Amino acid sequence: MSAVAANVESAPTVDHPVLAVRGATKRFGSVVALDDVSIEVRRGEILGLLGDNGAGKSTLTKCISGVHQLDAGAIFLDGAPTQIRSPADARFAGIETVYQDLALFDNLTPGQNFFAGRELAWPRWLPRGMRFLQQRRMDAETRILLANLKVTLPRLDAVVAMMSGGQRQAIAVARSTVFARKVVILDEPTAALGLRESRQVLNLVATLRDQGNAVILITHNMEHVTELADRAVVLRQGRKVGELVPTKDNKQELVSMIVGA
Amino acid sequence: MPETRGTGTTVGDAAMSAPKKQEAVPGLALGLALLSAGPVVILVLLIVVLSFLSPYLLTGRNLSNILAQTAVISVVAMGQHLVILTRGIDLSVGSNVALASVVGALSFHAGAPASVVIAVMVGCGAAVGTINGLFYVFGRLPHPFIITLATLSIAKGLALQLADGRAIPGMPDAIDALGREAVWGLPGSVFVVAGVAAVLFVMAKTMVWGRWIYAVGGRPDAALRMGIPVSWVLVSVYVISGLCAGIGAVILAGRTDAGSPLFGNLLELDTIAAVIIGGASFLGGRGHLGHALIGAIMIGVIRNALNLLNVNVFFQLIVIGVVIVIAVESDVLRNYLEGRMRVLQAGRQS
Ligand SMILES: Nc1ncnc2c1ncn2[C@@H]1O[C@H](COP(=O)(O)OP(=O)(O)O)[C@@H](O)[C@H]1O
Ligand SMILES: [Mg+2]
Repeated sequence: MSAVAANVESAPTVDHPVLAVRGATKRFGSVVALDDVSIEVRRGEILGLLGDNGAGKSTLTKCISGVHQLDAGAIFLDGAPTQIRSPADARFAGIETVYQDLALFDNLTPGQNFFAGRELAWPRWLPRGMRFLQQRRMDAETRILLANLKVTLPRLDAVVAMMSGGQRQAIAVARSTVFARKVVILDEPTAALGLRESRQVLNLVATLRDQGNAVILITHNMEHVTELADRAVVLRQGRKVGELVPTKDNKQELVSMIVGA
Repeated sequence: MPETRGTGTTVGDAAMSAPKKQEAVPGLALGLALLSAGPVVILVLLIVVLSFLSPYLLTGRNLSNILAQTAVISVVAMGQHLVILTRGIDLSVGSNVALASVVGALSFHAGAPASVVIAVMVGCGAAVGTINGLFYVFGRLPHPFIITLATLSIAKGLALQLADGRAIPGMPDAIDALGREAVWGLPGSVFVVAGVAAVLFVMAKTMVWGRWIYAVGGRPDAALRMGIPVSWVLVSVYVISGLCAGIGAVILAGRTDAGSPLFGNLLELDTIAAVIIGGASFLGGRGHLGHALIGAIMIGVIRNALNLLNVNVFFQLIVIGVVIVIAVESDVLRNYLEGRMRVLQAGRQS
């Protein structure tokens, strides 16, 4: 079965939160990056995560994706408390992350980036590292994936270092779609992108949602929030200070929650 | 609500249909191509120029000689190359060669057959490499410089101690055969180098492990986040570097019919120089085995030619140093040009 065609696992009920974080607390030395934060995301829903710089958005997502461990609080997947000890754990549980710094390998091609850490290889009975790469299969799946997502890249055999900011962002988002099965987290995926490139990335985000993923979208762009997010959670200095359904009319309310005025 | 993502019947060439953009920056592209071909071009030029100065250089006998002389550097440089690919460095390889050769000679004098002597030398090399890797990774050392500097000292001291400060003559005939002519006028050691190169090439190119080395070297933090077992990948390259040092000890022992605590002097510098001169990047994640081999041969050719021209050893050191500076600067230049290219492309996009 093709990895690209992997189905989104069907949840028992549509309204059941796929991901719930309760009472998340995280300190870095004396800095309290997260203080008793709780969020929920459902299947096929986009949750906007808002907040000023340093509010704790990246920290929250890194705790969910296994980069950091919570000091207190718990993470529930499909209602079951789940320990996420490492990024590998998170990926195994079906959580994909598009990091703020993209976490791309500049020295690898787009296809190699997609499959990094999850290379298609045989034979199964060997330890993972000693298996032989199925390069042609990965190349083919890369082409199918990019075509499906309508992402065009100048060359598939060039390393990512040679590509523009928008292309790199698209590659990072596309990578998360390869294996996303439950939850996709995107940390400021349109920061530093032009209009057209932002549009392309937002379309990818919508695709992720349509595939049935629960999506967490971090952004500073209010237009993007009102357009895409089903709900918005606002963090300020590590605390959750509000949650609402973003519309054109409450944009001002959202902004004042963010800046705390 | 769509349940699945399509497997896509319309693969088409949508993703491949815009290859022309790259060609719009031909100057930069040409510069980059020249830089990546650089080491080979320089090697060829070097041989042409030097062969005019000394006609003996290109005789079959001398070429075979150069290969024999560079066999040890070549093998050990291939291991060093894997380490450098992961942004590391292995300073212990020279002492490791000395220790392995001494332990091998002692085991031979204790009555071990050739196969066991070889196993002892290679095993000794790999053991030192394993210690390097484990201490660096699980001892949470900030840089492999520290532990490999320590094992450089320890292995050297141990070798001197075990051998009482002297060379130990005598090696099994099967090992000595590596130093003698085998086929086509080439010494056996050249085939050992070729064999190691072939195995490492296949491992690096076709195995998941090889891909992981490039990922870890390219961006260690991202490799962790992608679920790659970074610790074990790092340990593995030090083990292989040590293993290559052990094989280097076998070759050197064969050529000299001895084991000696003085073997491998400055080999760490020669191998690092070979990797860098050959065109691999010190910044990690860039380069291939060919770079290590070309660099090793380049060093061999320079040494050999300067010898033929009766240039003294001190000057040889200076020349190699200058070549290293040129190589590192072209690495910096390559990174700069790539950056320029990216900026230009980004500009063209929007
Ligand atoms: N690895 C870390 N070590 C120490 N402090 C950190 C670390 N990561 C984040 N912080 C601190 O935690 C707070 C929240 O940061 P972050 O989650 O990156 O905010 P945001 O993504 O909302 O801009 C900031 O004060 C930041 O300095
Ligand atoms: Mg952030």
